[in-house]
Amino acid sequence: MKKVNYRNLFSCFSFLLLALLLTFSATTFAQGDPVAGEKLFKSNCAACHKLDKKAVGPALRGVSEKYDTEWLHEWIRDSQALIKSGDAKAKQIFEDYNKSVMTSFPQLSNEDIDNILAYTSQPKPKPKKTEATSTTATTNNDSGVTNTIILVALTMVFLLLVVLLYLVNKTLRNIAAANGVDYEGKDKGTSLCKAFVKNQFLLLVSAIVLLLVSAYLMFAYFMQVGVDQGYQPVQPIHYSHKIHAGDNKIDCNYCHSSARRSKTSGVPSLNVCMNCHKNISEVAEDTGNEQYSKEFYDAEIAKLYDAVGWDAENMQYTGETKPVKWIRIHNLPDFVYFDHSQHVTVAGIECQKCHGPVEEMEILEQFAPLTMGWCINCHKETNIKLKDNKYYEKIHKELSKKYGVEKLTAAEMGGLECGKCHY
Amino acid sequence: MASNKKYWKSVEELKKDSSIVKTLQQKEFVEEIPVDEFLGNKKTLETSSTTRRDFLKYVGFTTAAASLAACEGPVMKTIPYVVAPDEIIPGEANYYASTMADGFDFANILVKTREGRPIKIERNTLSKNNGKANARVYASVLSLYDINRLSGPVANGEETTWEDFDSKIKQQLQALSDKNIVLLTQTFASPTTEKLIKEFTEKYPNIKHVVYDTVSCSDALDAYQNKFGIRALPNYDFSKAEVIVSVGADLLGDWQGGGHDVSYAKGRVPKNGKMSHHVQFEANMTLSGANADVRVPATPSQQMKILNALTGGSTSGLPSNIAEVVAKAKSKLQKAGSKGVIITGLPDINAQMKALQYNSASIVLDTNKPRLVRKGSNAQVNQTVKDVISGNVNGLITVGVDPVYSLPNAEAFAEAYQKLDFTLAFSMKMDATASLAKYVAATPHYLESWGDTQLVKGEFSLTQPTINPLFNTRQFQDSLLKWLESDLKYYDYIKENWSSNILNGISWNQALHDGVIESSVAIETEMVPAEGEATLESTTAHGAFAFNSAEGGYELTLYTKTSLGDGQQANNPWLQEMPDPITRTSWDNYLTMSAADAEELGVKNWHTSNGALNGSYVNITMGDVVLENVPVIIQPGQAKGSVGLALGYGKIAAIQEEMQTGVNAYPLYQNFSTLQNVQIKKASGEHHFASVQMQNTMVGRSHDIIKETTLEIFNTKDVHHWNPVPEVAKGMEEVSIRSEDADLWTSFDDTVGHHFNLSIDLNACTGCGACVIACHAENNVPVVGKTEVRKFRDMHWLRIDRYYSSAKTFEQEIKDLKELPAFETYEKVEIAYQENPEVAFQPVMCQHCNHAPCETVCPVAATSHGRQGQNHMAYNRCVGTRYCANNCPYKVRRFNWFLYSENDEFDFNMNNDLGRMVLNPDVVVRSRGVMEKCSMCIQMTQKTILDAKREGRAVKDDEFKTACSAACDKGAMVFGDVNNHNSEVAKLKQDKRMYYMLEEVGTKPNVFYHVKVKNKEEV
Repeated sequence: MKKVNYRNLFSCFSFLLLALLLTFSATTFAQGDPVAGEKLFKSNCAACHKLDKKAVGPALRGVSEKYDTEWLHEWIRDSQALIKSGDAKAKQIFEDYNKSVMTSFPQLSNEDIDNILAYTSQPKPKPKKTEATSTTATTNNDSGVTNTIILVALTMVFLLLVVLLYLVNKTLRNIAAANGVDYEGKDKGTSLCKAFVKNQFLLLVSAIVLLLVSAYLMFAYFMQVGVDQGYQPVQPIHYSHKIHAGDNKIDCNYCHSSARRSKTSGVPSLNVCMNCHKNISEVAEDTGNEQYSKEFYDAEIAKLYDAVGWDAENMQYTGETKPVKWIRIHNLPDFVYFDHSQHVTVAGIECQKCHGPVEEMEILEQFAPLTMGWCINCHKETNIKLKDNKYYEKIHKELSKKYGVEKLTAAEMGGLECGKCHY
Repeated sequence: MASNKKYWKSVEELKKDSSIVKTLQQKEFVEEIPVDEFLGNKKTLETSSTTRRDFLKYVGFTTAAASLAACEGPVMKTIPYVVAPDEIIPGEANYYASTMADGFDFANILVKTREGRPIKIERNTLSKNNGKANARVYASVLSLYDINRLSGPVANGEETTWEDFDSKIKQQLQALSDKNIVLLTQTFASPTTEKLIKEFTEKYPNIKHVVYDTVSCSDALDAYQNKFGIRALPNYDFSKAEVIVSVGADLLGDWQGGGHDVSYAKGRVPKNGKMSHHVQFEANMTLSGANADVRVPATPSQQMKILNALTGGSTSGLPSNIAEVVAKAKSKLQKAGSKGVIITGLPDINAQMKALQYNSASIVLDTNKPRLVRKGSNAQVNQTVKDVISGNVNGLITVGVDPVYSLPNAEAFAEAYQKLDFTLAFSMKMDATASLAKYVAATPHYLESWGDTQLVKGEFSLTQPTINPLFNTRQFQDSLLKWLESDLKYYDYIKENWSSNILNGISWNQALHDGVIESSVAIETEMVPAEGEATLESTTAHGAFAFNSAEGGYELTLYTKTSLGDGQQANNPWLQEMPDPITRTSWDNYLTMSAADAEELGVKNWHTSNGALNGSYVNITMGDVVLENVPVIIQPGQAKGSVGLALGYGKIAAIQEEMQTGVNAYPLYQNFSTLQNVQIKKASGEHHFASVQMQNTMVGRSHDIIKETTLEIFNTKDVHHWNPVPEVAKGMEEVSIRSEDADLWTSFDDTVGHHFNLSIDLNACTGCGACVIACHAENNVPVVGKTEVRKFRDMHWLRIDRYYSSAKTFEQEIKDLKELPAFETYEKVEIAYQENPEVAFQPVMCQHCNHAPCETVCPVAATSHGRQGQNHMAYNRCVGTRYCANNCPYKVRRFNWFLYSENDEFDFNMNNDLGRMVLNPDVVVRSRGVMEKCSMCIQMTQKTILDAKREGRAVKDDEFKTACSAACDKGAMVFGDVNNHNSEVAKLKQDKRMYYMLEEVGTKPNVFYHVKVKNKEEV
């Protein structure tokens, strides 16, 4: 409890300090609203600029210190005009950045630009997480230690109890022997055993029960062979579906695009990753959590860069690639033909129906058992999406007449026939 | 009556009391499975150290161990592209139009690729010319993944880099700039390559370009050049012909570059009561003879006289039976007028000239569009060989040819070749020539190369790479460009040449997409002086024409097999295992001989107790050349006094041990003439053939298997007469097998959704076997090897049965059967016609019965019926009891006796990583102990349905295809949905020629056939 108090106190204090600093900086460096500026920055500038790191364009924190505001107004509205006018500074920047042309923003008013500059002039927030993570780490450690201690203590207690019981038993027997009491406990036990052996019916029944139970257990054991539900291997790059599909709401089909057109959903090629990660070389400040720190995630992005051969410093490809060897989670046997497009495009089934809440999975795992029974059940229950699909027109008419129903399940369409999936 | 004709499949069946045939009628195997050998021997059992208890322990332990080992699943990796190519969607096939041109086979094709690997060849339906795909073309995709291919350039026996190689070659070319060098190449039929070679020989004027066709067409080329002024082959459109008279021309085989079967088959399907009439005079039994209406066995020397008689000469000197047919043919030709055609395969310029002269008045010959697929001149090649041997030539560059293997005087040539100053071989493999050459330039497979071809004048096609080169190879044209100090790649060179000379306004991208374009531009082709014409009678140059029966020799006709051709793809296990359409023998070449000659020589064929075929050896002598231990197959229909032998076998260099089959017949190919005069002596020993001929005896019920009639009966008689529907007794009355009363079972409701049927027209089917290979490629059918084929364990899902039958006409047959004494009928009728049987081909695959006998006997329900008409086979459910195969009346089920992939015992393509790249990822590779069979390409029908569903449209008419129906360019196989009444197959099902195989069994198949009609019309 004490610790928590201290932490609260400390964070309160730091917040105050931060607020103070912010007001101070805002007044000194630029006039403008940093909050409005942030919005403008993210919608207009963030594609090419970052605050603290070089991207396509230079890092922008403190840019208003380097250049005067008037010049910046002109540059941002139309950089090419400025370069053509022969401005030395403008030319220099143009040369430094491989003559890449900055988009012009004539729509931004002076006020807008000032707001953006105000945002860029904010000092770098101190990494506040370090303290928190270290504390949680210790508490984590604490709980780990206590758990083992408790376990050890419990074992000791149990051992003690066993020894005590044995001793008590021994003393009591000794006392009994000394007192000349006839001790019959053992005889009773043997008689029970003998009675059991003698009772043929009981023996038979229990043998049958034993056999049935073991058969059932064995059956259960064999039925789970090859069923890898919950399979959660460690991947060469810690890719978090939670961050991508959950927090950032990227559509599954953006990366797994072939799911719509082909039998395989397709593990995305690395150039798909680079569509975004060309500019996202590190995760946001608040992405790190108790389990995985920001540094951890940034290191994983660095692994991607290494694999794809991207030189983050110079923003260019080196051409040295190391294809990523992902570990396959969903393995269907060769003798099963499964087609993603049939289910995704034709039937319009959500990915989550088979793959589970992927958007919540930090580490992806196999959600469904992928057994034949599981497939068949779904085929029996799921209605076919007949609407607007001319293919089904004729067969629907014929089948609904045959079965006397308006809706058709996949099974009624022939989705239970062996040869539909096994060839 | 059609139904009384007797068919037979092997000479064995003609013997009156053949025990083998009798047993095979009753049982699947002749021999009992030798259980008693082990169990019956008490002594062995007693001395055995393994007790019953021990045995059970072992069984228990191994089962437990096996199941434990199966508990842990393997860790599978998925490795995505770093940068995915735009056009590749994983899991979807891409198709590229291309052209195969290996000097022997020329075809416009579509290449199916998956994830960047070519896995199947299909035909390019946009192509109009004769460059049609055959079995070898379909199989060529496997040759791409040949492990014996060269992995890089070799200089003086050591692998080197291309830079080093180039500098050495340039140095050599400089040093020898005043010496004679010959550039010996295959026929490219490529306008751009010819242009490039011209540039090259202009820069190095000491280099002379000579075209060498391994199997020569020089005589036909010379004749055509003399007559029409262009070195090309005549282009026949047999669909326009009313009467085709062939003298020794295997027009359905590789005669004059092959590819005539499509137009031929078109004219063979009776339309409006009319079809073409085909008379064939030949020595060997060929595909053409098998398909002909009238076939006359005639030795090559007789053929010469026949041709002479047909083109105006007299029939003197010909046996009366032949003379009679010649006279009839002549009058038929006369009647047909410009719709009659005479073709000949005689390797003689005068013979070719005569035929050409006759045909020039015929509409069947299209002189505007000659075929450019052969170019070689015997005279030039002979001169080159002479020069090499005499030392007049100092250097030899070979491209796409293997003269050390294929020249008749290969030994003398090889010796001289090694002594040359400069020898350079462009080759895909370390073949016989390359292994003797100082420099070997590793060339890519055509699926890895750029190229262009002009197969027929005015029809151009492009070859494009469909995979990155697998090895460090560079194509011949790129090498030439390098040595010409050009910076261009061959791709740029072609594009440039096409833009300026060929495209003629068509866009390059369009041409590349279609693969073929028509362009009226004239491209100059290289000419060589043609041999002059002499009078037919005075020709003495060729062995067979100087044939003198007094010497006691035999007239040999060398031919190329449907499977192996000139032998370029000898290392292709698919082709090696493909049974010959006529002899039904795989993994071999052999001397074909008539029964009469065999008896004279004491040569025999016999069947071992399990039905496998054995045969005697002979030694063939021709001058100094002796071929020892050539196996003999007694071939019904072989002309007496003649023998036949296939070229292209007996290769050793760069060939896996399993594929080193047969004898090399090229030493007999003297003067590049397919006709030779040889002496034959019987040799000791016996040869083991891998023949599937005796397999699957049809239990004497052949009249329900193949139905055949003549055009006359077909036109005049009622359908019940020539195509009766079997009747069965129900109570006291006979009912049609198709009526519901004759059915024990409740019928499937096959009116809903799709219902697939396959139609096979026996008239259009020539037996070429292209479908067999296409099926192999599509369905990952394993190759089992010679010893297994001998045990009848071949895995072909689709076989083409060949039946011999015995009567000239049906009327004649019935008369014979009636008139002869009761007990002699069989022998008298059958033996009499063994000299010249009629032949019928019938492709047989799983018939997908609606009342399938296999389904009812499977104890685990591994085979079941689908609503779309397909008989499903769930391999993972099969436990291998083989009840289904036993109960199948068509014997189309195949059992995996062994594991055929990744097994060193079966060292074919599925045993190496490279060879497995050809596997179709949509079809599972079956494991040991399961039954498999034709699935009616369910992966293809499902794909078609899915495409339609995804696009939200109905399936188009005739969109459904199977591998075999897609491969058949003759239209013999048509696949489709019979519930779609607009589809072709639904119309074919209503045709009056339609019948079901073994219909009286009541299986109600989904495969139906069309009665074969032969045009036996008398004049």
